[in-house]
Amino acid sequence: MQQRGALRFALTRLLSAMPTLFLIIVLAFMMMHAAPGGPFDEERAMPPETAANIARAYHLDEPLPQQFMRYFGALVQGDLGPSYRYPGYSVAELISGAMFLSLTLGALAMLCALVVGIAAGVVAALRKHTLIDRLVTGLAMMGISVPLFVILPIFVLVFAVNLGWLPASWSGTDSRIRYLLPVIALALPQIAYVARLTRGSMIEIMNSDFIRTARAQGLDTLTIVRRHALRPALLPLLSYLGPAIAAVLTGSVVVEQILGIPGLGQLFVRGALNRDYTLVLGIVIFYATLVIALNLIVDIVYGFLDPRIRNR
Amino acid sequence: MSMPAMSGQHGRHRGGSRIVVVAISILCLIFLAAIVGPLFSPYTYLDSDLDARLIEPTRNAMHFFGTDDLGRDLFVRTLMGVRISLAVALVATFVSLVIGVVYGAIAGYVGGKVDAVMMRLVDTLYALPFIFFIILLMVYFGQNFLLIFVAIGAVNWLDMARIVRGQTLSLREREFVESARLIGVSPARIIFRHIMPNLLGVVVVYVTLTVPQAILIESFMSFLGLGIQEPQTSLGSLVNNGVRHMENAPWILLIPASLLALILMCFNFLGDGLRDQLDPQEQTE
Repeated sequence: MQQRGALRFALTRLLSAMPTLFLIIVLAFMMMHAAPGGPFDEERAMPPETAANIARAYHLDEPLPQQFMRYFGALVQGDLGPSYRYPGYSVAELISGAMFLSLTLGALAMLCALVVGIAAGVVAALRKHTLIDRLVTGLAMMGISVPLFVILPIFVLVFAVNLGWLPASWSGTDSRIRYLLPVIALALPQIAYVARLTRGSMIEIMNSDFIRTARAQGLDTLTIVRRHALRPALLPLLSYLGPAIAAVLTGSVVVEQILGIPGLGQLFVRGALNRDYTLVLGIVIFYATLVIALNLIVDIVYGFLDPRIRNR
Repeated sequence: MSMPAMSGQHGRHRGGSRIVVVAISILCLIFLAAIVGPLFSPYTYLDSDLDARLIEPTRNAMHFFGTDDLGRDLFVRTLMGVRISLAVALVATFVSLVIGVVYGAIAGYVGGKVDAVMMRLVDTLYALPFIFFIILLMVYFGQNFLLIFVAIGAVNWLDMARIVRGQTLSLREREFVESARLIGVSPARIIFRHIMPNLLGVVVVYVTLTVPQAILIESFMSFLGLGIQEPQTSLGSLVNNGVRHMENAPWILLIPASLLALILMCFNFLGDGLRDQLDPQEQTE
């Protein structure tokens, strides 16, 4: 019975994610076609025959519903159409060429954020209102307030330009050390959020009755934290994972731009500045799919860990 | 002190209000400087003097913050950047305020299935990387000032909607609302005349937390070159320009970067402090 409930929960969540994704695709596609001016508009007007030929080649002369059906049909098979600005490349090729690097950086940053953030949050909670707690909450506030594109250039200035410890750009070296700067920069704001959340829920848990009972039994603090407090205290973190994933993706755009990392974020900004309609549309759909899929996984895991969620 | 017995809790609150006062003072100072500061400089944000490129901040008495790579005065440009960033943030916040309050109040007041569906939608939207949609809009429609304002506001109302809904849920059960319903006041009128005025406190707090988010989104986009366009400037585009020259002229980066960080931090401390004072039960600490 218990198992079937969980399975049903997972299935309903999966089913509710599908229309969300479809709606996003329709919206993004419609927005593209509602825009004034075409993707091939240049400063200089081109001869009408050329314009007509281009429109025909990219199926821009068909009625909108037909264009959408064509796009969506190809999309389901993983084809996002040709790039409008990189002739000869398909959007899917461009994305798959750049995504591995971005996903690696993002995953490393998330890992780093969880480990450091949870540790800092737990320590701050256990030493509530001491110097170390003030330090953690103060730094966390800074981490939340100071944007990535302010922190990272300053890091580059200090650690790469002035001290020369780290490479200032991605292409300057082949060694693994070049991962350090982007991962730390991406992780910092998330460390701050994770630490704040962990601290809050840890303080709440440590004040609860079952922890008092554990204390009364004479267990030492370390055992109480490890065996009893940590797991319930970390549960609220799960629901923050979704927004965190979105934030890391957003951050990677800035990080890749500053350090010159040839990842998805850089591709996206270049596409946006070049007004490469299909490329930008393709990347937005890719990001949205990724975020929705990861959220779905988080949601389902949450449902398994905390059965109360399923009945919400 | 007259009431030493309350020191623990009381002391923390006084500490919190001190931070609020400091944050407000710094913000007021910055705004004042942004408004009147440019009047004290002989330069405008457009004047470019190619003989006075990359002057360090203290070298020339009239260029308080030095000059950039085109010989434009950074003092005036930075303050103009503050003005634009703030203007964008205020308009965007207003848009998100209107959407968030109306949406949240309706969900909270009507309740039941409608509420469940409306809040489920908010949950779904919450997880989306919205910034990408704003960029998508920019690509399709070009860099349109008004569009940036509205787009930022239109994606930034989720927190406001959640908070307002929560407040409305409890207000709905209060006696004055009950009696209004009893004498036949329409739901729309109850929401606008009786519920919304009572949301003011909470809304003010969340406005102070929404403004920095809007500043952040605007400067993020300007940093990428997708927001405010030259020769207009905002804190984000100033930081962007600073990054390009940071190796030989670090002040071009450091001055707008630290000002942006300071403004964001003050708003966040202000919002957090106000929230703690308004609702001691739900302290973030």
